[in-house]
Amino acid sequence: MSKVKTPRFHISKRGIIPRRQTWLIRGAAIVLALILCAIITTMMTGLNPVKVYTTIFEGNFSTSRRIWVLMQNIAILLAISLAMAPAYKMRFWNIGGEGQVLVGCLATAACMIVIGDKVPNAVLIIIMLIAAVAAGAVWAFIPAFFKAKFNTNETLFTLMMNYVGLQLVAYYVIVWEVPKGSGKIGIINQATQAGWLPQIGSYKYLLNILVVAVITVLMYIYMNYTKQGYEIAVVGESENTARYVGINVGKVIMRTLILSGAICGLTGFLLVAGTNHTVTTTLAGGRGFTAVMVAWMGKFNPVAMIFASFLIAFLEQGASEISTMYSLNQSFSDILTGIIIFFIIGSEFFINYKLNFNKTGEKEAQ
Amino acid sequence: MFDLVSFIPRAVSQSIPLLFGSTGETITEKSGNLNLGIPGIMYVGAMSGVIGAFFYEQACKNSGSSLNTFIAILIPLVCSIIGSALMGLLYCFLTVTLRANQNVTGLAMTTFGVGFGNFFGGSLIKLTGSDVPSIALSATSACFSRTLPGAKSTGAFGKLILSYGFLAYAAIIIAFIAAYILKSTRVGLHLRAVGENPATADAAGINVTKYKYVSTIIGSMIAGLGGLYYVMDYTSGVWSNDGFGDRGWLAIALVIFTIWRPNISVFASILFGGLYILYLYIPTGTNLAIKEIYKMLPYIVTIIVLIIISIRNKKENQPPASLGLPYFREDR
Repeated sequence: MSKVKTPRFHISKRGIIPRRQTWLIRGAAIVLALILCAIITTMMTGLNPVKVYTTIFEGNFSTSRRIWVLMQNIAILLAISLAMAPAYKMRFWNIGGEGQVLVGCLATAACMIVIGDKVPNAVLIIIMLIAAVAAGAVWAFIPAFFKAKFNTNETLFTLMMNYVGLQLVAYYVIVWEVPKGSGKIGIINQATQAGWLPQIGSYKYLLNILVVAVITVLMYIYMNYTKQGYEIAVVGESENTARYVGINVGKVIMRTLILSGAICGLTGFLLVAGTNHTVTTTLAGGRGFTAVMVAWMGKFNPVAMIFASFLIAFLEQGASEISTMYSLNQSFSDILTGIIIFFIIGSEFFINYKLNFNKTGEKEAQ
Repeated sequence: MFDLVSFIPRAVSQSIPLLFGSTGETITEKSGNLNLGIPGIMYVGAMSGVIGAFFYEQACKNSGSSLNTFIAILIPLVCSIIGSALMGLLYCFLTVTLRANQNVTGLAMTTFGVGFGNFFGGSLIKLTGSDVPSIALSATSACFSRTLPGAKSTGAFGKLILSYGFLAYAAIIIAFIAAYILKSTRVGLHLRAVGENPATADAAGINVTKYKYVSTIIGSMIAGLGGLYYVMDYTSGVWSNDGFGDRGWLAIALVIFTIWRPNISVFASILFGGLYILYLYIPTGTNLAIKEIYKMLPYIVTIIVLIIISIRNKKENQPPASLGLPYFREDR
């Protein structure tokens, strides 16, 4: 007389479930995460939970300047995420966004410093743009080349490339530091404004935002309606299938990563020429890593990624407002971001799998 | 003249956090989990220890009693281990039980962990309402960094071999034990089987989930100790935000550099530690910029190793075959 232990439940894969339902599950996860965030904030600051969210809203929307800053942050984060999306769809785990953006920043700044006063402004900006895009593309191409030729682990390779890029920036920051010994470059071409992107009307960030909007549309078309986008999807689903139907997998990997790196480089260009007019090692500010999460949260769909980057940028700015009000550390927003992402990551399980509860007592062996 | 007697101890103390981190990450990766949360876990390990020590020091100060060495070491140690174990548990729950993407989970853990460390590092005093100007746990640190007897009296030998706190020796011992277990025991064999091919391991009756959980949590605990060593010994108990820097990523680089062998890591970490501080010893004159290039070296070397092992394609030098992939029994 032995009792066979029956598991309480077992897990099975779901078929395709309606898209409305998947977004419902994700939405529920976000709401749960926001509630937990509010509870934690209340514990830290003694603020009542409703006040937490009004503060976060005020931090983002109370003045028009804040709204512009929010839009700018969304745009930059979205741009890097868009760069990541095609690579991930192909299951190429590029976590080198940080480095690719930084070398783009560096190339832009280098042009501004070295030839800033030698060529007309319009020509200069074109040269800067080309340099930044090329730098980012090269930075992504190197790991892609080795992945395609020798199957070198791309996650670890791109990760290392981040710090090579970072140290390269650190090197040039000291080479070009102004004044000597300060350890930073300061605003480049402050007097002549050579190489600064023009401002549309009185809106400082509008041009950046428009550029990113255009990239978003183009990326949507590229991923969904072109042959290359389709090839990416096939390689991502199954490399063997791709080979079987005659897709040159190595070529697709390299081509996609050049595109991915180029958009990162372009983002670096926007950061330096359009926003900060200087270069520091923290200019990318970890957004290369955050972008990975945004791209993944948006399921590599450019439209969904807009919402994902909005959510992250919104929380970051709001948490920073709370931190300032209560003289707490600015890293508070990282904790909240982490929690939200944990919940969204967890919710994916309920989209892809379902729990089947076994009726107890049914399978008791006699 | 290159001063080896002063260079080596500094390289070693620089290497210990890397060694802890890489040993922990190697154990984790052997189970097929690519835990990119290690940098965050090391921050959490450090900060949990700091919080424990902070409360203990405050309690001692308020009651006027002096610190008990044993308790002063035990509390931060236990706090640190619990903190990083919880992080490991979270990682496992998300990636093993919920089968989430490992890269995204790891990066989220790093964001969270670094944020956790910096937030409490910057706000602990404000939150607890204490009246100290900064977190400086010098009394606790003195317990942690106590050297072996004879460190001062035996000259160069003492300085090179005996002059470290107990966690440094622990790091080396743990690395050798981990190497032994991975290479020469049944548990190690099973663990490697899980990392190489979980489906086969499962068919052979190995509990894949259990192995993944246990190895990742133990790996996290070990990595967290690296953070604890850094704050309690290396910086003498002074917490500064982002002070730990990119050492967590360097630890992951070290795992590749040592081709997943903790015993090599003992020496390789000293090499990395040396490269990290080499610029202090190379006469650069007025050219300060060049030191940033030296800091690039560990990463370049790692990339080269990564490329070479993939080109040579020798079976025993590869990353675990299922590294980064989730395992679902019904998914064949």
